[in-house]
Amino acid sequence: MPGLGTSFGRGAMTTSFWDIPNADVVVFMGSNAAENHPISFKWFLRAKQKGAKIIVVDPRFTRTASKADMWLPFRSGSDIAVLGGLINYAITHNKIHRDYVVKYTNASLLVNPNFKFEEGLFSGWDAQTKKYNQATWSFQTGPDGALLRDDTLTNPATVYQHIKRIYGEYTSERVSEISGISVEDFNKFAEIVTSTGQAGKSAVFAYAMGWTQHTKGVQNIRCSTLLQMLLGNVGVPGGGIAALRGHANVQGATDLAVLYHDLPGYLGQPTEAHKTLAEFLDKTTTKQSYWINKPKFMVSLLKAWYGKAATKANDFAYDYIPKMAGNATYSHYDIFQSVLDGKVEGLLCMGQNPAVGSANAKKVHAALAKLKWLVHVDLFDNETGEFWKLDGMDASAIDTEIFFLPAAGPLEKEGSFTNSHRLLQWKHKAIEPLGESRSDGWYINELGKRLKKLYASSTAAKDAPIRDLVWEYDHPEHPDDFDHLKVLKEINGYDMTTGKPVAGFGALKDDGTTACGCWIYSGVYPEEGVNKADARKRGAPNREDGWTEAKKDGSADYLHLGWAFAWPANRRILYNRASADPQGKTWGKVPLVWWDDAGKKWAGCDVPDMLPVEPGKVHAAGVPGDTPFIMKAQGMGGIWGPLADGPLPVHYEPVESPIQNPLYKQSTVPNARTFGSEHDKFGTTAEFPYVVTTYRLTEHQTSGVMTRTLGFLAEAFARPFVEISRELAQEQGIRNGGLVEVSSARGKVKVQAMVTNRVKPLKMGAKLVHVIGLPIHWGPKSGHVQGDIANTLTPQAIDVNVQIQESKVFLGNVKKA
Amino acid sequence: MGRTATLAAWRPDPGNPKQQVAMLVDTTECIGCKACEVACKQWNQNEYRINQELGTYQSHPSLDAQTWTLIKFIEREDEDGVNQWLMQKHNCMHCSEAGCVTACPTDALHYGDYGVVTLDQEKCIGCAYCEPACPFDAIHVDKSAFRQTAQKAGKCTLCFDRISNAMQPACVSTCPTDCIKYGDRGELLKWAYARVEQLKAMGYANANVYGDKELGGLHELYVLLEKPEVYGLPVNPTLSKRLTFWKYGLQPVGKAILGAALFGMVINWFAARRTFKGGHGPGEEAEAPASLHD
Repeated sequence: MPGLGTSFGRGAMTTSFWDIPNADVVVFMGSNAAENHPISFKWFLRAKQKGAKIIVVDPRFTRTASKADMWLPFRSGSDIAVLGGLINYAITHNKIHRDYVVKYTNASLLVNPNFKFEEGLFSGWDAQTKKYNQATWSFQTGPDGALLRDDTLTNPATVYQHIKRIYGEYTSERVSEISGISVEDFNKFAEIVTSTGQAGKSAVFAYAMGWTQHTKGVQNIRCSTLLQMLLGNVGVPGGGIAALRGHANVQGATDLAVLYHDLPGYLGQPTEAHKTLAEFLDKTTTKQSYWINKPKFMVSLLKAWYGKAATKANDFAYDYIPKMAGNATYSHYDIFQSVLDGKVEGLLCMGQNPAVGSANAKKVHAALAKLKWLVHVDLFDNETGEFWKLDGMDASAIDTEIFFLPAAGPLEKEGSFTNSHRLLQWKHKAIEPLGESRSDGWYINELGKRLKKLYASSTAAKDAPIRDLVWEYDHPEHPDDFDHLKVLKEINGYDMTTGKPVAGFGALKDDGTTACGCWIYSGVYPEEGVNKADARKRGAPNREDGWTEAKKDGSADYLHLGWAFAWPANRRILYNRASADPQGKTWGKVPLVWWDDAGKKWAGCDVPDMLPVEPGKVHAAGVPGDTPFIMKAQGMGGIWGPLADGPLPVHYEPVESPIQNPLYKQSTVPNARTFGSEHDKFGTTAEFPYVVTTYRLTEHQTSGVMTRTLGFLAEAFARPFVEISRELAQEQGIRNGGLVEVSSARGKVKVQAMVTNRVKPLKMGAKLVHVIGLPIHWGPKSGHVQGDIANTLTPQAIDVNVQIQESKVFLGNVKKA
Repeated sequence: MGRTATLAAWRPDPGNPKQQVAMLVDTTECIGCKACEVACKQWNQNEYRINQELGTYQSHPSLDAQTWTLIKFIEREDEDGVNQWLMQKHNCMHCSEAGCVTACPTDALHYGDYGVVTLDQEKCIGCAYCEPACPFDAIHVDKSAFRQTAQKAGKCTLCFDRISNAMQPACVSTCPTDCIKYGDRGELLKWAYARVEQLKAMGYANANVYGDKELGGLHELYVLLEKPEVYGLPVNPTLSKRLTFWKYGLQPVGKAILGAALFGMVINWFAARRTFKGGHGPGEEAEAPASLHD
């Protein structure tokens, strides 16, 4: 989540679902919550009951759009043009929340005078290495090293003037030409959204995979954070960015860093350049923010992993942690490329069906066929476990040895989910696993134990990280299982001497006396036997309807502080200090957090997301009591935020696009990544004239392995289809329900046509562009219902910041089959 | 409006079977997720059937003997050409004057406690008279080869097994937006009319309540965004006079004649016994009139 992290300091949804009813405007863009997050949708409907305007910006009229006040069909991939247009509208119509912008963000800081943005490229671009040198993206400092600022926002070097200039080109007419939204509709939309650019009004933006799965996924999100900061909508009741996660526990997986580029709790991942712990901490710690405590979190993590073997003398076993090599990336797509390149020979695939679920499926199949071994842990055998049976595979030429291990289902295992609003909720096992099935945790625990046994007698230095690894999770009463609470306790952190859990991350130390597996979760298990993720105390209902709403006197526990545990420190709304003005007085319609002058502390109906410092004073960490973003330098929200592809989000066309970028000579993200394998083909409009977007449905879960296998869900949506407009159907002579062939440069699939008025051709200036929609849930082998793999068509064109694929937009064709 | 606090906790009075319960679907908050369909099949242990029509989100073309609730997806444009996608949960309406009860020759279908139209599977002979008699196409007899067992009618029971045990119907308890409500019929109607007022104030001029007066009052109520006909719901449905005459005119007469005939036979039996001592009893003959229903 570098998008949200760069802007606000933490890579997570800023708000709580329970706060959504406070919104005046709800914008779904890149999200189809009614279909993909139906449980959350109740809160959006409650916002509507309370008078909020619901706006859906989506190429398709979805089930979410069916409940909205306004639907704006637009071309997938033009999100930044639309959001940039809103920024321009807010600035030119003087709709920004000026106090918020000046006091709470870095808009008033002066940027390096050598910074330039020309023809779609920021200064520092090196065409040879395809990388930016970010030296000119810095802030100006005075002789004392202090950041220079201009609170009148008029100095042309201010961040504010830069965005005013850059988004000045994003006029309503330009937006219309790029996105296909009519000028009239766009202005109506902009008027509603920017009406919240004042104290007491708020808008919330909900996004999901519709924003992330682009070569500019991170910048899509960044652009919305800019707009929300300009409107003063972050950290206030009914505001924020609702980052709706793709699976039940994606937030948890990210927090615990089941990713290559991070350590648990967003501590970053050392590279070869970080030779020592001190060097790593020095180079990767944000100064003048709460991050100055990072050494405590990092040392505690190393103690949790390596225990007694991690000592001050050996840099707390920092050497044991793998370091990333130079420019190397180790993402999902790099793995398959590495298999094809012969660098990786085995794959452990747990709860995943990449043969159906990953972009450019044929390439994935080719990679699977090159593996020496594949361990496949799943509820059901599926297309990945049986890849050698797929179309185009020659089983006689494949030597892959496949081990299938049966996994326990969600109801057959204990543990926690961390959902979109950062809430850790514990669940208990409902039934025993079927037959020999085991939970993923069991497999991991056994793997750890057996690896340790295997290397126990080794004296080689390279094996030390395994020998010294602390791995004591066995259940005291059930010898064939592990103790989930032991894992939770390690995540929470404990005192190395007493062995007792720590109360929260404030108790962590950098001297090796505490251990903590993921500092942001600290406090979830504050005492032996107390599992706050399992707490179930809800706020008292105060409405006839049976739910709890915010009250003007701040008395209602509408954020249900006693229900489960939200990281960090049980805060429900991040940056909630912004709900009060710089002096600490509530400026929203309902109070959230305020400065209690009598008690000399921050108080509120949420846990204050603030350091203990009075407005007007500066905390020892360097964060003033006036600014809310404590994880950012001096508490300032990052409107300016350097990332690998620029300090500001600007519109680029997708890698496969029907048009050249109308704004800049540089048409696409300059450093978007593609792979050069024989499977990585890209098409042009001559052959593939239509814009294709892929998506999910309520009825199925990703590659369908958990849903196509269940009769009641298989019958709920039986066949793969493609949604096309009536106009395109007429052009191509396609009738509703007819069989069609959808193709891209990567391949083709046969599906049923769903001819509908819920998809419309887009008028982009003089040009008419057709958009077609393709769900991804079907595969040819597993389940009661089967179909062609939609991901055969999607490209492996990936974002430079997080290596996510551009499966939301590519070029394709559709013809009667 | 969500499920009201009082409604969420509401349970019928076990001592008062005359109490009228109902389900109310606020279609304006239905997101077409089909969780109700799944919960219904799971609770009732019905079979899945993969018979989705092409080119629609709707899971089945209609209700059937195994599919007791179904979300209908209606795609249209309103008068101003603005897209509308209406979703309406469809199942047995539990009418106060029910066509199926009227048509049923064996009284397998009857008016049960709490206003629920109850189907007694033991008594059902699979004649399917109920099918055309239902104005809502909500009861069906399995005529396909899906089932190996005897043909029986099937329809929503309003989860009578659950509600008579102080539980909510399965669909109600699973609905993620709380758009399906369950409670005292009078209370639900009050809620529904208030909701319609709220919708009108929000600019939905055609919002209306369906089920209040139809067929003596339905026990499945709707808050609709558009007029009932848009959803394919019958406007002012009535039962056919011939059907009511058959059930309440002809059948009682038929049964009276049957009763008289039986009575005559019993008299005859006694008379005969007196006449021919040791004669055999006419036990089997008593079952013969069942052929009336063929």
